This record gives sequence, structure tokens and C-alpha cells, in this order.
Amino acid sequence: MEVLSFLADGVLLALEPINIMLILIGVTVGLFIGAMPGLGSVNGVAILLPITFLVPPGSAIIFLAAIYYGAMYGGAISSVTLGIPGASTAVATTFDGRPLALQGRASLALVTAAIASFVGGTVATVFFTLFAPLLANLALSFGPPEIFALMLLAFATFVGLGGDDIPKTIFSICFGLVLATVGFDTISGEPRLVLFEIDGFLRGIGFIVLAIGVYGIGEMLWTIVETRGEITTTNPKMTAKGLAADTKEAVKRGWKGTTIGSFLGFFVGVLPAAGATPGSLMSYGVAKMISKRPEEYGSGSPDGVAAPEAANNSASTGAMLPMLTLGIPGSPTTAILLGGMVIWGLTPGPRLFVDESEFVWGLIGSFYISNVASLLINLAFIPLFVWMLRMPFTILAPLIFVLSIIGGFAAARSMHDIWLIVIFGLGAFFMRKFDYPLAPAVLAIVLGPIAEPTLRQSLLLSSGDPSIFFTRPIAAPITIIAIILILLPAFKLLRRKRELVEG
Amino acid sequence: MRQGEISLAGLFALFSLYLMWKASELPIGYIRGTGPGGGFWPFWLSFVMLLSCGAIAWNWWRGKSPASTSREPLLDAFGWRTVILVGGGVVAFVALINVISMYGAIAIFLAYYLRFLGRHSWWLTLAIAILLPIGLFFFFEAAMLISMPQGMPFTQPFFDVMYDIIY
Amino acid sequence: MKLTKRLFLGLAASTAMAALPVTAMAEDWSPKRPIDFTIMAGPGGGADQIARFVQSVVEANDMTTRPLVPTNRGGGSGAEALLHMKDARDADHTIMVTLNSFYTTPIRQEALGVDIETFTPITMMGVDPFVLWVHKDSGITTFEQYIEQVRAMDGEFVMGGTGSGQEDSIVIAFMSGAYGLDIKYIPYDGGGAVAKDLAGKQIMATVNNPAEAKGFYEAGEFVPLLAFSDERMPAYPDVPTMKEKGHDFSYYNQRAIVGAPGMSDEAADYYRQVFNAVYEGDAWQGYLTSESLSPLPMNEAETRAYWTTQVENHRELLSALGGES
Repeated sequence: MEVLSFLADGVLLALEPINIMLILIGVTVGLFIGAMPGLGSVNGVAILLPITFLVPPGSAIIFLAAIYYGAMYGGAISSVTLGIPGASTAVATTFDGRPLALQGRASLALVTAAIASFVGGTVATVFFTLFAPLLANLALSFGPPEIFALMLLAFATFVGLGGDDIPKTIFSICFGLVLATVGFDTISGEPRLVLFEIDGFLRGIGFIVLAIGVYGIGEMLWTIVETRGEITTTNPKMTAKGLAADTKEAVKRGWKGTTIGSFLGFFVGVLPAAGATPGSLMSYGVAKMISKRPEEYGSGSPDGVAAPEAANNSASTGAMLPMLTLGIPGSPTTAILLGGMVIWGLTPGPRLFVDESEFVWGLIGSFYISNVASLLINLAFIPLFVWMLRMPFTILAPLIFVLSIIGGFAAARSMHDIWLIVIFGLGAFFMRKFDYPLAPAVLAIVLGPIAEPTLRQSLLLSSGDPSIFFTRPIAAPITIIAIILILLPAFKLLRRKRELVEG
Repeated sequence: MRQGEISLAGLFALFSLYLMWKASELPIGYIRGTGPGGGFWPFWLSFVMLLSCGAIAWNWWRGKSPASTSREPLLDAFGWRTVILVGGGVVAFVALINVISMYGAIAIFLAYYLRFLGRHSWWLTLAIAILLPIGLFFFFEAAMLISMPQGMPFTQPFFDVMYDIIY
Repeated sequence: MKLTKRLFLGLAASTAMAALPVTAMAEDWSPKRPIDFTIMAGPGGGADQIARFVQSVVEANDMTTRPLVPTNRGGGSGAEALLHMKDARDADHTIMVTLNSFYTTPIRQEALGVDIETFTPITMMGVDPFVLWVHKDSGITTFEQYIEQVRAMDGEFVMGGTGSGQEDSIVIAFMSGAYGLDIKYIPYDGGGAVAKDLAGKQIMATVNNPAEAKGFYEAGEFVPLLAFSDERMPAYPDVPTMKEKGHDFSYYNQRAIVGAPGMSDEAADYYRQVFNAVYEGDAWQGYLTSESLSPLPMNEAETRAYWTTQVENHRELLSALGGES
């Protein structure tokens, strides 16, 4: 039980007055940064990096990790209240969070998200505490073929997500995948699909540009036109009693999603190339797949909020693992944390747990404390966010447009991308009119940039032989499960048709 | 609606063709020994997009999708007006950013939307249109260290004063 | 009590930095707006790490009157950053941290119309050498064994790197040419991913900056075989260089700060003073040592001459690379 004594020391270190203060500030700052569409943990961590010169490294990383956590909790807030996923990790949260808010149950969605995040983060931290070295080896055994197989699985869990119109769903997926290839082809080192020879496309089309365009502009415009501008969400005022009732309901109706998200999210998050976004998407897909009432998903199921939220927090904790044990960042945020550690004179890598155990365990201890702090602070602010939703729509709508544009610029730093947001927004409005499902395109632009290079790296490894996906011990089962999942709905459809014909 | 659906599918088909043409600047084939070339993935996916457009058109011809049998217009007069006033407002907002800076454009857009579309009082309109950009300025420039576009040179003195305040 | 010791050192270093004659700097020009600090790469790579390090030193010691605003513009292998610099709206407030795509990208993508010799030299922060690494389980301990192994595997020896035309691929191409090697090269989108896949034995060898492989080297996982530096590196005294093997070849990744084209002389002087002070500070000198960077201090004229020769060298290296594939 050596681990426990290390952990006890770590928790005690995190509970030192200066550290607990940094955690509280970090979580609150992170929460608000994460709640801004376009801004995420990466901004918070990058801005506060220099400040950490002034405190000891142990406290500094605790502070940065607290911001990271706060921002992960905050991501759900923008998804629920504004309907814009503020970060790619919170895409799946909009699927059910937004409908709940429109039904006047924003507080239920937010409470569910907070609790699920807490459980996810805590479960992941426990895994982290117990199995860190083992999991690091697992991460290393995932090469390009395994990551590609995993991406295939992520797509497979989403087969059922599209609308009823199959050609339009396929169009949407391919559209997202093609947009993801715009810019630069790393494998051949050549510019690719620089549309209309506009230099701005060299940087590619980011997820955030499409997501803000589709959800921030397109969806808003659609809502305004459909409701003739007279939309009123009747989100009741928050009371302590209401909060307690919501908590009870969140636990009752969201525990399944939370459980799936916590476990699945962590294992996917640990893999450096994958990270929190595929983790949260897969958890949503799996939760829907095994649910007894899958039809509830997409129209306001608390499980549908809980699964991705539990997963993205769990995965963010998981992403710290390859950073600390291997020195490999799993996300832009962990990349900057890694830079911070180098600045403080630490060498992340296999030796860190041995050479700097006080630092490592202080950080792990702070995960536990940060989770508790994030939950409490988040719950305390929920009434404020619900109050925002009580604003007349004619005030809320322009605010959402403004936040979309300024947040989009903050994320992309280029006017070219702002114009793209507007174009995607107007395009999404008309696509929505004709029942093109848009969520598949948004998912595709997230997964595409991981799927394509890993596919090509794998085929380079095997000299062009696709059997590589079926012969490697880890890749093979994942690929086969993915293919079965993709084919399953097609079989079902065929059988139903035959029955119809015979009947 | 019926006309709209096929027009949109046609537009997307053209766009798919353009993407296929553009993707073929890089090798689109399966290169022996090294796997797919740089254009393979976008080319064939654009090709699938083209096929889907064909399927959408086929469904439209058979009257399988709700829009293809709908006799309603795409948008009624109110709908078109809203799209033009709101969507146009956003386009104008973005166009103004390069002229009067991000914050100036936000102020104008908010004033336009709140007063002319929302029909709120001048008092509320001005309060929000002036205070929000200032708040955002402090949040982005001072706290988050993100410089927003500053428009044409004539806005510069104003920014210089603001920077003197925050740094 | 390691942490407190480091805290003490850190504080000592930062006070030492603060005591540098910042106030004695030229008063005739100082930035009036936030300084656009463009990073020519995405978050997480070596260039990003250096940029954030430098920015942190500048911020922590309050060395500029306006903050440095770090922005990653890594799109198109740095093309995005180069275009941003070329069309800078306000040249006096636009600077960039470079790597070697500063030379290679304008050559490979001529359509950009970027001529880096119009950029303004500020400070050369150091150059990052390249080292050839293998995993310890491969059993290879010398460069000769490596050559033997690659030849024996006849085209099946797999190396990873950051993409064709990138720094490491240039080194690998040279090595393959000089020794007649047939190597299977897998491009990744960052040095970190390459190091991870070497650690996981997905690939068999890499050419990487020491900073990216250091953690694994210290843990005994990676074995350095050959350095592509001019002289043996202090941190790896037993590792021979390519020059010792009889080939006049060395290759470094430049870690420099450059200004936008058309920057005024006063502004350039201001930034030179700031970044020279960073360069001479203990924090940066410590970084140079711990991450095995070589110092290469140069003044403006020397830097311009250096750029001209580097552009020439890269033109040759890249045309050799293009001829092969």
C-alpha cells in the first residue's frame, strides 16, 4: 500500500492553504473561460503560464490543472445554454443538453453535466492513482493501425446518429471528412485542397469554425425563423429546492451514461493520439446503443448529457497520464502544461514518477481536490447561467451571435475563418431546412484529421497491405467489432424490408 | 420546397465535382507499396458526396423525402425578411470588423439588433451596446491576451488610449 | 525538499533577470500595442515550447511595455505564419519564432511569394542539433550496426519523422544517400508522436532533437547512435558525429526570433535588446544546457549572411530530396 501513503502525502500537499487557494481561483477562472464559446482550457492555461514563474512548480501545475478542470466543466455550460459546443469535447453534450434547455430543463442538464463530470473525473483519478505505469504501456502499444481501428469504432458507434434520410446523412459525413482534409497533407508534405486558391485555406478548416457556424449562426437563425422570433424558453427560477430535485433526477436518469462515460472516456483519453473528443463521442454512441429507449437520445435524455460529460472529464484526466509518464502531450492543453514543466526544469518522461514523486503525487492529490471544488463551484453558478436563459430572446440572440463571432476569432485568429463561420452558418440554415443532419459533419471534422493520417501511416507500415488491421493483436478485434457495428443496422434494415415484402 | 431541394442537391453535386477536381491535384490512386496518395481520401469521399447527391435527386424524383412533396414555399415573406434582416445583419457585422474594429462592429450590431429587430428601448439598447464591447475588450485584450482586429488606421488612437489603461 | 530548493533557485533567477538593465534600454522607441508573437508551429512542438518559455521569461520580468501575445500559426507547414508576417498590418509590433520551415516552406511552396531575406533579424536564440535514436530493445548500439541492420532488412527498416521536406527527413535523406540505405519513412504530425511511437516500438529509429527524446534517453529506453552536429555534444560525449564518419554534414534546427519585413530600425533595436537580455539571462542559458541546444550568437549582418547560405543549402538539400522520391 505504498501508493496510498504517497497519495495521502499528495492530498495533504494539495490541501496546503496556498494550493487550495490556487485550486479555487483556478477552477473558477477555468469555468468561465470554458463557458465562452471558442475559448477552452488551452487559452486559460496558456495565459496563466507566466504567472507560474512566481510560485513553486508543485503549486504552479496544481493551479494550471485546476484551470484545466474548471474549463472542462465549463464546456458543458456553453453547450447547454447557448447551444454552441465551446470545445470539441463538448459537441456531444449539445445533442441532449440543448433540447433540455429549450424544454425549460436547463438546470437539470447543467446539474447532470456537473455531477457526471465529477464522477468521471474522480473515477479517472482513481484509475490514474492505481494503474499509472500499466496504462502508460497500454498507450504505447497503440500505433497508427490501432488508432485508426479506434476511429473506425468511433464512427461505428455513431451510425445511428444521422436522420432518417440515408443519402443526406452520408453526404453530411463525407462533407465533414473532406473539409477536414483541406489545407496541408502532412504525409506528402504538400498543400492540398486550397479551395479557390485562397491562402486562408492553407491553415485548414478547424472544428471550431464549422461548429460555431452550424450551431452558433445556422441553428440560431433557424430557431428565429421557425418560431417567428417569439421563442420563450420557460426556464423556471432556480431555488435550493429545485436544485435538490434536479440533483435527484440527474442521478436517477443519468447514472447509466455516467458509468459508461467514466470508464470508456478514460481508456480512450489515455491514448495520446485520440484524446477526450473521440472518448466523449464514443461514450454517447455506446450509451445510446445499449439504452432501452434509444429514441429519447437527441431529444433531451439526461443520460445523453451524462455520458459525454463524464467521458470528457475522465478523458482529460486520462490525457495527463501520457503527458506525465511519457512526456507525450495528448491534447494542445497538455502540450502547454508539458512546456510549463520544462520551464520549471522538470523532465516529463518515464523517470518523473521516480525522480519527482513529491511533484507527481501533489498533482494527483490535486485532481481529487479540484474535482470536488469544480463540482461545488459549478453547482453554485448554475442559477446564474439559468438566469441568463431567462433573458428575452431578442437580447439573448444577438448576444449569441456576438459571442460566436468574437469567440470564433479568439479560437482561429483570422478573419478568413470568421467569413467561413458566416458561410457555414447560412449554409447550415438551408441544409437544416431540407433535413440534412449536421451533427455527422461536425463529428467527421473532429475524427477525420485523426483517421486519415493513421490509415495512411498504417498502410505505409504494411507496404500498402490492408490486412494490417486484421493481423495486429489489438487492432484486429477493434476493427472487427467496428465493422460488425457498421453492418448491423444495414442487416436489420434488410431483414425488416424482407419481412415487409413477405408480410 | 420541391424546387429548393433539387436546387440544393444540384449545387452540392457541383461542389462535389469541384472538390474532386481540386483533390486530383495530388495522386488519387492507390500507390503500390505505399498505400493511398495524398488526394485519395478527399477525392473518393467527394465522389461519395456526388453519389449521395444522385441518391437525393432519385429520392426527390420518387417523392420520398418530405420536402420533395411539399407544396409550401421554401420561406414565406416573413421568413425571407427574417433571414435577410438577421443573416444580413451578421454579414454586415463581420464586414464592419475590418473597418471599425471588432469592438466597434459589435456595438453597431447590438444597437441595430436590439433597437430595430428587438424593439427594445433606446436606453437598454445603448446600455448593452456600449457596455458589452467594453467588457469584452477587458476580457479579451487584458485578461486573455488575445488581440482582436482593429479595423482601419483611424481607430488606432482609441486603442492606444485603451492599452495605456490596461497595461 | 527538492521543490523548495527549486523555488529558491527560480526566484533567484528571476530576481537576477529583473536586475538586468531593462530600464537602461533605449527610450526612443517602445511598443505601443500588444506585440504579435507568432509561432511558426502548432502547440506542443519544440518551437512552441521555446516561444512559451521566452514569453514567460519576458512576462515574469516585465521586460516589455506591452505584452507578447503568443499565437500559433502552424498551418501549411508554417506557410500561414510566413504569409501573416509578409502582410503584417503593423510591422513594428509583429515578431515570430522560427524553425527551419522558415527556409524550406518558401522553397517548397513558391506560390506563396515569400522572400525570407526581407524579414528583419532580431536574435538567434540557439540552434537545435539532430540525433539518430533507436530503441534499446533493438540491440543496436553503434552507427555501424545500424547501417548493417538497415541493409539487412532491405527496405523494411521503418523510421518515423515529421513529414517529407521537414528537418528530420532532410537528415534521413542525406544519410540514405551517403550510405545507400533503403528506409521506409512514416510521416507524423509532430515530434512528440514520433518519440512515442519509437518508445512503443511501432517504428525502429528516428532522427529527433534531443529535447524531444530526452525523457526516454534518461530512462534508458532510447539509445543515441549519431549526432548531426559539428562537434560532439556536451550532453552526449560518447556519441560520434557524422563529420567523424567522414561526411561533411551537420544539420540544426534554428530557434530564432525574427521581425516582420519593413520593421523600423528603432523597433528592431528595441526587440534585439529585449531578446538579447533574455538570451543572456540564467533562465535561457539553463534551458540551452538542459535541452542540449547550441548557442550561435550573431549580429544583424551575420544573420543576414547566414540566411543567404541557409537558403542556398536548403535549396540543394530539397532538390536532392525531390530527385529521390
